[in-house]
Amino acid sequence: MARGLTTDVKIKPSGLGGGMRGPNGGDGPDETGSEGPKNWPPGYSRDDAIEPVKYRIGMWVGLASILMLFVSLTSAYIVRQTSGLSDDSDSGRWISIKMPWELWLSTGVLLASSGTFELARRALRRNVYSRFNLLISVTTLLGVAFLGGQVMAWRHLAAQGIYLASNPHSSFFYLLTSLHAIHLIGGLVALICLTVFALRLRIGSRQRNAVEITALYWHFMDGLWIYLFLLLFFWR
Amino acid sequence: MAEVIHPTHGEIHRHEPPKGFIRKYIFSLDHKVIGIQYFFLALFSVLVGLVLSVLMRLQLAWPNQEFGFLKVIFPTAAESGTISPDLYLSLVTMHGTIMVFFVLTTAPQGGFGNYFLPIQIGAADMAFPLLNALSFWTTFLALGVMMMAFFAATNTIGPIGGWTGYAPLSALGERAGPGQGLGVILWISSIGLFCVASLLGALNFITTMLNMRARGMSLMRLPLTCWAWFTTAVLSLLSFPVLLAAAILLIIEHQAGTSFFIPGGEYVSGKLLEEHKGGSPILWQHLFWFFGHPEVYIAILPGMGLTSHILATFARKPVFGYRAMVFAIFAIGLLGFFVWGHHMFMSGMDPRTAIMFSLITLTIGVPSAIKTFNWLGTIWGGQIRFTAPMLYAIGFVSLFVSGGITGLFLGQTSIDIPLHDTYFVVGHFHLIMGVAAIFGIFMGTQFWFPKMFGRMMSESLGKLHFWLTFIGVNCIFIPMHIMGMMGAPRRYSTHYNLQYLSELPPLTHFVSYAAFFTAAVQLIFVVNLFWSMFKGPKASDNPWEATTLEWTIPSPPPHDNFEGIEPEVYRGPYEYSVPGASKDYSMQTEPDEAVRSDG
Repeated sequence: MARGLTTDVKIKPSGLGGGMRGPNGGDGPDETGSEGPKNWPPGYSRDDAIEPVKYRIGMWVGLASILMLFVSLTSAYIVRQTSGLSDDSDSGRWISIKMPWELWLSTGVLLASSGTFELARRALRRNVYSRFNLLISVTTLLGVAFLGGQVMAWRHLAAQGIYLASNPHSSFFYLLTSLHAIHLIGGLVALICLTVFALRLRIGSRQRNAVEITALYWHFMDGLWIYLFLLLFFWR
Repeated sequence: MAEVIHPTHGEIHRHEPPKGFIRKYIFSLDHKVIGIQYFFLALFSVLVGLVLSVLMRLQLAWPNQEFGFLKVIFPTAAESGTISPDLYLSLVTMHGTIMVFFVLTTAPQGGFGNYFLPIQIGAADMAFPLLNALSFWTTFLALGVMMMAFFAATNTIGPIGGWTGYAPLSALGERAGPGQGLGVILWISSIGLFCVASLLGALNFITTMLNMRARGMSLMRLPLTCWAWFTTAVLSLLSFPVLLAAAILLIIEHQAGTSFFIPGGEYVSGKLLEEHKGGSPILWQHLFWFFGHPEVYIAILPGMGLTSHILATFARKPVFGYRAMVFAIFAIGLLGFFVWGHHMFMSGMDPRTAIMFSLITLTIGVPSAIKTFNWLGTIWGGQIRFTAPMLYAIGFVSLFVSGGITGLFLGQTSIDIPLHDTYFVVGHFHLIMGVAAIFGIFMGTQFWFPKMFGRMMSESLGKLHFWLTFIGVNCIFIPMHIMGMMGAPRRYSTHYNLQYLSELPPLTHFVSYAAFFTAAVQLIFVVNLFWSMFKGPKASDNPWEATTLEWTIPSPPPHDNFEGIEPEVYRGPYEYSVPGASKDYSMQTEPDEAVRSDG
C-alpha cells in the first residue's frame, strides 16, 4: 500500500483546521503556506491530505442536520404536551406511558458500546491490532444488542395495548425511538463493515479514517439516545 | 491494489474522465455533469409549473367557460371542459410545490452551484462526488413521485391543500376533498425525499467550500457567488430537517391516526371526527414556516450573489463594499431563521409575539438595503456593457426592490391582517421570490452558458427575451397588488360571484393576457438555449473578460477542471479597472508582475 502512512501528514485535530489555507484577506500565496503543509512529502498529493479532514467536516455538518431534525421534533413534543387543544376524552389527552424496564437495559448497553468503541479507537491509534479487533467486535455486538433491547421495549408496550396512535405520548415515543434506531442502524452498518475489515486484517489508512468518523457518529447517537431517554421519561 | 504513483505538489495530477456513455453522462460523479442534470430537471419542472399557471389564469379570467382542449389534457378532472374549484385548487398546489422545490431550490443551487462552486474555488470536484450524484438522483426520484401525484385522484390533478399543506386538511385523507388521500401521501413523500436530497447537497457544499479551496483562495477572495451558495447551503442544512420532521409527522398522522395536528370534535364534510383528538393545527404551521422562511432565502440568495458578480463584471468595477456584501448575506440568512411567525399573523398569535416577529422581519430590510445600495454603488460611474446577462442582473435589482418594498407592508401585523389572504401577497412573493429568483436563473444561464456548453447564446434573442419578460412580469404582478388592496381573496377559483369585486374583471383580463404573453415569450429563451447549444458561435475561454477562476480554463472545462494543476490565487475576485494595470481586468491567478503594465 503506497498510502499506508497517510496519517503522518500533519492535520490539525480540530474539525475545521487543516483545510483552511491562508489567513483571511492575506496578501499573497507566500503567507498562506504557513498553516497547512506546503511542501508535500514525496509520494503525496493534495488530495491525500485533505481527505481525512473533509470526512470529519462532512460528519460534523451531517450531525448538525440530524440534530436539527430531533430539535424540531422536540419542539413539537413540547408544544403537543403543553398546549395541544384538549378535550375530556382519554384519547386526546396526554397520558404519560410507563417506561418499559427494557430501556434501562438498552441504555446501559449503548453507553457500554460507546466506551468499547472509544477503547478500540485508542487501541488502533497505538497499533494494538488484536485489542482493536476484539473491542470493535464487542462494540458491534453491543450495537445489535441495543436494537434488540429497543425491539423488546416496543413489544412490551404493544403487549400492554399501547400502540403508535394510542395517545400523544406513545406516538412520540414510537416515533422518536424508531427515528433514533434508523439513524443508529446507519452507524451499525459502518461498524459491521469495519469489523469485517478488522477481522480480515485489512485495516489501512482509509479504514483508520473511517474508524475515527464512525466513532464520532456513534458517540453522537449515544448522546442523542440519552437525551431522548431523558426527554421521554424524565422531563416534566 | 496496484501501486499508485502520487506526484508531488505542483506537478500534474490528472483525473481521467470515465469511459462509456452511461458513466459519463447519466450516472456521472462529475460535478459539472450533475450541475447540468439539475439544470435540465429544473427546466422541465419550470415548464410544467408554467403550464399550470397559464391554466389558472385561464380560469380566473373566464371562469367556468368550456375549453375543448381541457377535455384532452384532463380527461377525468375536466370532463366537461371546465375547471372546477377542486381542479383549480390542485393547480395552485402543484404549481406552488413544483416551482418552489424543483425550480427555485434546484436550479440556482443544485445547478449553477454544483457546476461553478468547485471551479470558482479552484477544486477538481466537490468534496464527495458520490454523495453529489446520490443527491441528484434522490431529487430526480422526488420529482418522479411528485409527477405521480398528478394521477392520484380522478377529479383533481393532485392534492388541493396548497403548497403549504396546512393541517388538519392535509392530514384527513379523502374526507377533506379529492386528492387529499393518495395525493397527499405522494406529495408529502416527494417532499420528504427532496429534504433528504437537499441535506446531502448542503453537506457537500459546506465541506467543499471549507476544505477544497485552492492555494491563496482566502475567504475574502471568494467570489460573492460562492458566499451566497455557502450561506444557502447552511440555510438548507438547518431548515430542511425541520420540514422533514413535519413531513414524517404528517405521514404518520395521515396513515396511522395519531393526533399531532388534528384537534378533536371537528366536523369535516358534515361528519364528526372520531379517531383524532387534541392535536394542534398551529404546530404544523410553526414547523412548516420554520422551514418556509429560510426557503425563501434559499431561492433568492444565489441570485443575489450572481447579481453582484455580474454587475461588477459588466460595469468593469470592483463590487462596492465586498465585505459588507458578505456580511449582508450572512445577516439575511441568520435573520431568516427568526421571522417565520410573520406567515402566521392570521393564525392567531399573541400580539407581543407578533410584535417581535414583526420587528425582526423589518430588520431584514437593513441588510437588503445594504445589498441594494452596494449594487447601485457598483454600477455607479462604471463603463457599463449592456450585455444580456447585465440586463437580467439590473432587472433582478429592480424586481428585488419592487418585491421587497411590499415586504415592509406585509411585515407589520396591522397591515398584514387585511392584506394577508388577498392577491397583494401573491403579487409580493411572486415578484421577489418567484420572478427575481427566476431572473437569477436567466442571468446565470446567459452568463455561464459559454463555459458550460462551449458556445455563446444569442445576445439579441437574450435581450429581446429580457425586455419582453421584464415588461410581462410587471404587468402580471403589479396589478395584483391593486387587486389585493381591493380585497380580492387568493386561492379562490373565481372572483366573479363576489359583488364587491364587480369592478375587477377588466383588471383580471389584463393580468391573464399579460400572463399568456409572458408565458409565450419564454419560448424565446428555450429556443435560444437549444439553438445555441448546437449552433451558437464557439466561445473563447473568457468571453466576458471576467476575472474569476472559471474563466481561466477551457470552455467547456475538462473532466478535472484544472487539468490536474492546482491553481494559485493572488488577488480578490473583482479587480476590474485597476489603476496601473495593463488591461482593465486582472485575473485571480495572475501574479502582480503579470498585471502591471510597466512590468
